[in-house]
Amino acid sequence: MSVKDPITGGSGIGFDFSNHARNQHLGARMGGLPKATSTGTTIVGVKFGGGDSGVEEGVCLGADTRATGGPIVADKNCEKIHYIADHIRCCGAGTAADTEFVTNLISSNIELHALSTGRKPQVVTAMTMLKQYLFQYQGHVGAYLVIGGVDNTGSHLFTVAAHGSTDKLPYVTMGSGSMAAMAVFESSFKEHMTRQEAIDLVARAIRSGVFNDLGSGSNVDVCIIKKDKTEMLRNYEMPNERGEKTRQYKFRRGTTAWTKEDVRSLVVSETTTPVAAPLAAEAMDIS
Amino acid sequence: MPEAIQHRFDPYSSNGGSILAIAGKDFAVVAGDTRQSEGYSIQSRYQKKVFPLTSKAILAVNGFAADGNNFVKRVKQRLEWYTHAHNKEMPIKSIARLIQTMLYARRMFPYYVYNVLAGIEEDDGTGAVYSFDPVGSYERETCRAAGAAQSLLQPFLDNQIYFRNHTPAPGQPPFDPSTHPLSTVLSILVDSFSSATERHIEVGDFLEGYVILSPGRTSDDLIGEGVKGVLPEGMTVEEQDPEDLDVQSAVAGKGCRVFLVRKELKRD
Amino acid sequence: MGSPMEMNGGSVIAMTGKDCVAIASDLRLGQQAVGLSADFEKVFPINNQLYVGLPGFATDTYTLREHLRFRVNMYRMKEEREITPKTFAHLLSSTLYEKRFGPYFIEPVIAGIPAPSAIDPDPKPFICNMDTIGCITTPKDFVVAGTATDKLYGVAEGLWEPDLEPEDLFETISQTLLAAVDRDCISGWGAVVHVITKDKIITRHLKGRMD
Repeated sequence: MSVKDPITGGSGIGFDFSNHARNQHLGARMGGLPKATSTGTTIVGVKFGGGDSGVEEGVCLGADTRATGGPIVADKNCEKIHYIADHIRCCGAGTAADTEFVTNLISSNIELHALSTGRKPQVVTAMTMLKQYLFQYQGHVGAYLVIGGVDNTGSHLFTVAAHGSTDKLPYVTMGSGSMAAMAVFESSFKEHMTRQEAIDLVARAIRSGVFNDLGSGSNVDVCIIKKDKTEMLRNYEMPNERGEKTRQYKFRRGTTAWTKEDVRSLVVSETTTPVAAPLAAEAMDIS
Repeated sequence: MPEAIQHRFDPYSSNGGSILAIAGKDFAVVAGDTRQSEGYSIQSRYQKKVFPLTSKAILAVNGFAADGNNFVKRVKQRLEWYTHAHNKEMPIKSIARLIQTMLYARRMFPYYVYNVLAGIEEDDGTGAVYSFDPVGSYERETCRAAGAAQSLLQPFLDNQIYFRNHTPAPGQPPFDPSTHPLSTVLSILVDSFSSATERHIEVGDFLEGYVILSPGRTSDDLIGEGVKGVLPEGMTVEEQDPEDLDVQSAVAGKGCRVFLVRKELKRD
Repeated sequence: MGSPMEMNGGSVIAMTGKDCVAIASDLRLGQQAVGLSADFEKVFPINNQLYVGLPGFATDTYTLREHLRFRVNMYRMKEEREITPKTFAHLLSSTLYEKRFGPYFIEPVIAGIPAPSAIDPDPKPFICNMDTIGCITTPKDFVVAGTATDKLYGVAEGLWEPDLEPEDLFETISQTLLAAVDRDCISGWGAVVHVITKDKIITRHLKGRMD
């Protein structure tokens, strides 16, 4: 049932196209949307351990932390590794709002799925839900994702592109820094790495994107997922801290001229005027 | 169905980066970052875009790098011819006019370049900055930013160099932009570029530029013992031998001293 | 007709200080290059210690303001408490993303100080901004939006310092805004600054260039 919600004005569920005709009339093309489209990004994932190595199998994900709007840095330290479930995480590239909302939606649906089946959800389930949702929108929901996790069928790593196509590989990269990161993987990836080897490789791949791709920058986020433990290493490396400025830029108070002032006090003030205490009270007999 | 093949001649591109020049009472500073990029790729982390022309005039070029390099080459050639004809260096105000005519000569197929010329004026020894648009409109100013991060840099300079919207303290005289000491100007230069590097993806790697001192001016606030804690940390200063400046040193006007300044910027 | 984002002009900035936040906007409303009004406020109070700036397409500024007033009033009646800045940010974000394929041309800026609660007795000042489709960024220093975005980023990155007292924060945010809008043809025509502290809100109209 789809009833118009009088509160939101929308249909209550899904997207609301009520402004679409107006915007078309205004000549605003969908491609011409400004800002915070985090088009530039480096996100990666590798599988490690498993086989005869004796190392517990797992997945290691990585991301840079720069969000851009055109050539301007909109956010220097954003989080691109999104939560899907305790044992499933998802890196997002492409339109920032889309990656944020699509991962939130799938995270909710995965939780409901877990509740209704009574089982720990599988990584393929999350991946399938994502690809079916994205395919439905024919690429207009611009989310490019790397999804990884460990479930009872083992460790899994996928990429999902905005049109709904998916890949299943032992090491993957996406975003504008994908070439820089993949160059590292292609030269240094080996199977059945240890946990630390995987982290080092992922961090190096992200750094390669951070320094060589203008769309990527700032810090390195890493996430390690193993069977019964997920570690989110936020800002695992911070190779781009801004140094001290050479001068102080505090202004003398009174530098800016203003014409009108209004001060609204939030303190409810109350003055109590004590009524003159009756002398008799002091001398009151309380015995 | 076969599509019609379209042919288009598109000879321009944009190579990012930014330049900045500030004139003082008896000095001028001109600098730029050294990153050259196209799209999301870095072509070079160290490509000069600030070039000494004479012993007292330095040109910064920004925009389309190929045009910029060729333009500087041709300006230098014209200056060499001038030297041969007149046995002296061309004064900076004449260089400015020369650049205007050279740019306007290509009005219908312009050099896609923003020029900022800085140096010392011949007659009064003051610092000068001339800024140009790609087709030769120019103006002498106290300071100018150009290039990819112009919109980030220029309003900051308006505030810190021109003191726009600053009310002087009671009893104080109005602010005068020409009284900035060299150390303050270098600090503002470094901080504006580190700010632009933070927020603009095409700015970074290195800051490189020149300081030109008017004849007879002391260099004690630029080199030597007394500059520790005065100059921005990590900034290197080298005095340029006129022989190495690739200018017409044979007739170099005596007096002006040129210093190369360099500082690292972030590389991401 | 040009992009709706640049049709009316206008810019907003918010900054954090020591136990305070400030949010400021210019006052221009224009139709392309023609200035129409010099008292078009783009920053609105949501409650005592929470303000939202809605620069962009002017008709959407009003549409969103009224929509938000309704939603926040409903929240207040149902929950019997004031909305926190963070909750408000997500309310606005969802409102914008719902119109993902027919957006409001607004880039909101939010500034506020959350009321102390049992969970968080000493809350930090809150600022954030969003793009037109509701992607939130929450940095610790400053946020900007509007037609002078690039300029505001450049100046704020240079002038902002941590832990400014309310009166110092007023100077820094005012100087940043004025420097930026003076270089933007379609922002300016006056400015208004709100400094929000725990116990009062100082609102000042700035004296600046009117051209």
